[in-house]
Amino acid sequence: MNNFSYSRPEDLNSALGELTKREGAKFIAGGTNLLDLMKENIERPSHLIDINHLGLNTIEATADGGLRLGALVTNADTAYHENVVTHYPLLSQAILAGASAQLRNMATNGGNLFQRTRCYYFYDLATPCNKREPGSGCGALRGYNRIHAILGTSDQNSETACIATHPSDMCVALAALEAVVRVTGPAGERIIPFADFHRLPGNEPWRDNTINPGELVTAIDLPPKGFSTNFAYIKLRDRTSYAFALVSVAVALEIENNRILDARVALGGVAHKPWRKPEVEATLIGQPVSEANFQAVAEALIDGAKGYGHNTFKIELAKRAIVRALQQAAKLEPTA
Amino acid sequence: MQTILSSETGARSQNVLPEKRSITLTINGLVHKLELAPWTTLLDALREYLQLTGTKKGCDHGQCGACTVLVDGKRINSCLTLAVMKEGSEITTIEGLANENGLHPLQTAFIEHDAYQCGYCTPGQICSAIGMINEGHAKTLQDIRELMSGNICRCGAYSNIVDALQEVMKIDSNETV
Repeated sequence: MNNFSYSRPEDLNSALGELTKREGAKFIAGGTNLLDLMKENIERPSHLIDINHLGLNTIEATADGGLRLGALVTNADTAYHENVVTHYPLLSQAILAGASAQLRNMATNGGNLFQRTRCYYFYDLATPCNKREPGSGCGALRGYNRIHAILGTSDQNSETACIATHPSDMCVALAALEAVVRVTGPAGERIIPFADFHRLPGNEPWRDNTINPGELVTAIDLPPKGFSTNFAYIKLRDRTSYAFALVSVAVALEIENNRILDARVALGGVAHKPWRKPEVEATLIGQPVSEANFQAVAEALIDGAKGYGHNTFKIELAKRAIVRALQQAAKLEPTA
Repeated sequence: MQTILSSETGARSQNVLPEKRSITLTINGLVHKLELAPWTTLLDALREYLQLTGTKKGCDHGQCGACTVLVDGKRINSCLTLAVMKEGSEITTIEGLANENGLHPLQTAFIEHDAYQCGYCTPGQICSAIGMINEGHAKTLQDIRELMSGNICRCGAYSNIVDALQEVMKIDSNETV
């Protein structure tokens, strides 16, 4: 780890002021990802601003009937919170599918959004990586890419190529639930719909999200609709616990008399951000619950997917996982 | 002329280390005053500055669980937190579990069930198990396996570790999972 100085502000404005004032400063909350990256010399902040004493550590009902998750509530406290378990079980299950109990006790909701990719080449300073070192190339494209993306990748230009995935489970559920991220910064407070928070690599693979310099996430708002009756989170990985997803699927359905009234499908482990196609989800609305309909949706969601060798299996795996998750959410017995 | 910078000044552009800070840590009920650089992890503070070497450094990246300690009763990876961030918290390590009445029941159960070979992961396993019991979400053997997955045992003593936990937690041994 590089040397750095440290401060522990007690209020939000001081924390934001310090970030603006100090070049190379970073916020630290749970530290589970940042300190790991610092030990690898991937992150080298000159100063750490410990934000653990700013408040932002409560879960509260909102006026519209939703739920506000404070940015500094731990992942564990969120997953086991009575209101989350009862009204947003998809979120609870997704969080508990990720990391270990120790890490969930440390990691915060705000920090989860800022997790960096676990691409081996991003972590290995001896190899090129456009995310870590813009313009240096992509080691994964023609390298070992079992864990890498199949959708929304950037692979046309070596100086911007990136096939990294976003590693979070929690964010896949937040995408399906259409959460809203609240941020505050020098320009005041703003809200970012979850679908716009993370981004695809495009021509700037070094940018993971759309937050502006100097901004801080203060909360994540869940809309009133929690899909607590028909939901599923399926995570497929190389071992059954404590591993990142090869493919994960969050499904949220609203069903009445065997007709689908609302449908959300979000995928993890396949792209630079949680993957959704609302126009494909819309084709399910008004349709009966049926395996054929679910298979059609799986095909359409994965349409355009591209494998890079070691990860090509993800294309078929993702389709089957989508069908299985939709069946599970609809309480339809799988046929295979 | 170069001047010594205080810890309030950024370090990147200067060849001067930020000052060590005076910090106070409460560990196993005892208050310790230390002079530590900000980048000292809680794990290194315990092992290198307090000689509490029961807590082990395995991977140093939050992947193995050997460094698990309890902070305010919750299990965490001490390798992924800075000592300076834990001022004001109550830290419990493996050294703090036994008392005048003898070993902690989990320590006794680990011995009785031969729940280790080399013993390197054991302090982390036991602290993690105490944290799991405090959390109150493990009801079955399958729950134990899932909720203890952050602690790796390279000797492969998992089945005996689960046996030890099952006895202390009084979980029905007839469950077939």
